[in-house]
Amino acid sequence: MSEVVKKFLYLNRKAPYGTIYAWESLEVVLIGAAFDQEVRLLFVDDGVYQLVKGQDTRGIGMKNFSPTYRTLGDYEVKSVYVDQASLEARGLTQDDLVAIAWEDWETEEEIENIVEVVDAARVSELMDESDVIFSF
Amino acid sequence: MKFAIQINEGPYQHQASDSAYLFTKAALEKGHEIFRVFFYHDGVNNGTRLTTPPQDDRHIVNRWAELAEQHDLDLVVCVAAAQRRGLVDEGEAQRNGKDATNIHPGFRISGLGQLVEAAIQSDRLVVFGD
Repeated sequence: MSEVVKKFLYLNRKAPYGTIYAWESLEVVLIGAAFDQEVRLLFVDDGVYQLVKGQDTRGIGMKNFSPTYRTLGDYEVKSVYVDQASLEARGLTQDDLVAIAWEDWETEEEIENIVEVVDAARVSELMDESDVIFSF
Repeated sequence: MKFAIQINEGPYQHQASDSAYLFTKAALEKGHEIFRVFFYHDGVNNGTRLTTPPQDDRHIVNRWAELAEQHDLDLVVCVAAAQRRGLVDEGEAQRNGKDATNIHPGFRISGLGQLVEAAIQSDRLVVFGD
C-alpha cells in the first residue's frame, strides 16, 4: 500500500479498561498492519496491565479484548517491549504477561515469544529510533 | 515541514483540541504543510455541528472548520470511534439506520487507515491528548 517503510512505535501507557485508549490503540495496530511498516509496541506505566494474562472482565460488563494481543504476530508486529521499571513498580514480572508468538510465513522462522522486558535506557533508545510514535 | 496532527480528546473538556488548533495555525503561518488532522477517541466530538458554546467563548468546531476552509485542510473523524460516540454523516446514517446526522460539513468521516497513511506521508506526527 505504501513504498515508504517507517519505524512505527505504538506507545501504550494506560490500563486496559478504565479508559478506551488501550482498545482503540489496538484497533490502529490491527488496521495499520495493511500498510507494511516496521511496527513495534512498547508498554509503559499502567499500560503494562494490558498484557497481563488471565484477564476476566465479566464483572464489569466490558468486552475482554486481551486475547487479541496474543494474535499480534499475525498483524505484522515483530517486536513487543515492556518497561521493566513499570512492571516492578506494580509487583509484576514477565511471568504475569501473555506470550506472543511470531512466525515468518515465507521463511518459516519462528519466535516463541516476542515480548521482551527492557530497561529505561532501551526505552529511550526505542523512542529515539522511531520515525513515528503513536502515543496512547 | 509536513505535519500530521492527531487529536485524542473532545472539545472544552480538555485542552488537546485547543492546543492542536493553535499549533496547526502557527505551523501554517510559518509556511509548513498540514497533511491531515485526524480526530480519534473522544476527539471525534470536535466534529459535531450541533455544538453550542456560550457566546463569549471560542467555538472550537466552527474554528476548525474555518481554518480548514482557509487552508484547504483535511479534517478526518475516525469512523469506528465516531460510530461508538454517535457522530453521524449521511452515509453512516443510511448504513446504520439512523434518523439524523450531526457531522459539521467541514469534516469528513473515514477509516483509521487515514491516520496511518498520514503518519507515513508526513515528516512528523504530532499527537494531542492525555
